[in-house]
Amino acid sequence: MSAILRAQGLGKRYGRRWALSDCNLEIPAGKVVGLVGPNGAGKTTLLHLAVGLLTPTAGTIEVLGDRPAASPAQLGRVGFVAQETPAYATLSVADHLSLGAWLNPGWDDKLAKRRIEGLGLDLKQKAGKLSGGERAQLALTLAIAKRPELLLLDEPVAGLDPLARREFLQGLMEIVAEHGVSVVLSSHLVADLERVCDYLVVLVASRVRVAGEVEELLASHRRLTGPRRDPGTLPASQEVIEESHTDRQSTLLVRTEGPILDPAWTIEEISLEDLVLAYMRQREDTDRGHRSKLEVLR
Amino acid sequence: MIEFHLDSRSGVSAYLQLVHQVRQALRLGLLFEGEQLPTVKHVATSLAINPNTVLKAYRELEYQGLVAPRPGIGTFVTKTLSDASLGAHGLLRQDLKRWLAKARRAGLDEESIEALFQDTFRSAAQENVA
Repeated sequence: MSAILRAQGLGKRYGRRWALSDCNLEIPAGKVVGLVGPNGAGKTTLLHLAVGLLTPTAGTIEVLGDRPAASPAQLGRVGFVAQETPAYATLSVADHLSLGAWLNPGWDDKLAKRRIEGLGLDLKQKAGKLSGGERAQLALTLAIAKRPELLLLDEPVAGLDPLARREFLQGLMEIVAEHGVSVVLSSHLVADLERVCDYLVVLVASRVRVAGEVEELLASHRRLTGPRRDPGTLPASQEVIEESHTDRQSTLLVRTEGPILDPAWTIEEISLEDLVLAYMRQREDTDRGHRSKLEVLR
Repeated sequence: MIEFHLDSRSGVSAYLQLVHQVRQALRLGLLFEGEQLPTVKHVATSLAINPNTVLKAYRELEYQGLVAPRPGIGTFVTKTLSDASLGAHGLLRQDLKRWLAKARRAGLDEESIEALFQDTFRSAAQENVA
């Protein structure tokens, strides 16, 4: 399967600070990708690089097999909803649709009108008077009506109340089911992503910590609890992501492809949230961090 | 037609929850042979979950011989689970009751019984995988 997004050694520096460094990713098409990490981890930078709003300081990025924003055609293939789902406050909903139709050669006006109607939005309403949830839905409508192959969404539900959040994700899943568009959406909340994403990229302190199919990630990570033990004595195939010890007990979060045979351990599956949190807590420059990055490249 | 729901705190993956709910509905006679399951788009939209999750659940049910897709129309129930399983169900329940009585006689309280059951259940499931 072809990659929708391929990054090699990708980095972006602002002055002396690297907002994103040594980013290697290969995201397959047809996925809903969750880009998760704490605020300031580089999520927005990566998305802006993907949409062509920024140019890389180092490395390369390809989106749908081409350089981002390389041509008007390339721009038309990527839909983007920026953080806080901006809209023009003094323009009406109808004005936004006209603007979308005028700016995008592939504009699907029927689709746009149908969505706006389905949402119960008033075409004459000024965007500045819309609620946060309605504005987010308007922004999503504009992004999808240009019929992109890839939809990039930067923290689309961050500012929304739980109901608006759910409604937005429902709308997004309807679009995915109907048009089969690939999606990358960022969030600092795993709970938002757990239902909708089938691929996950964890970004912390400008680096990719782990990336992969959600199912494979969940299948390859286990929590082991047992008598106190030095993690160094584990089989080489078991990579320790996180460890904690009391006088008598050790609790480890390990990544392994094979079965865990040692009968001393109580083995538990972990939730996606625990998995993400464990990678977020990992310190940057440990050996472990590097090893997990190498595995990501596999 | 059945309506799915998801328990996000159960720790059971969404696709398995969907599979269980269909099996449960078949067993309880809430879903009949020939009836249509909700469309993938409908389930994905109403639950706000990835359409691939729904597809995966439907494929698993198909693999279990319970449903069959009709291209361009939807997915339909091809088999019922209600009557066949009831008899076996009763026997199993009796066995379990006997076992529970034994466990109590051995001095186990409810929590220990539950822990023992969970532990055995999990290790048996893992043996099956391995």
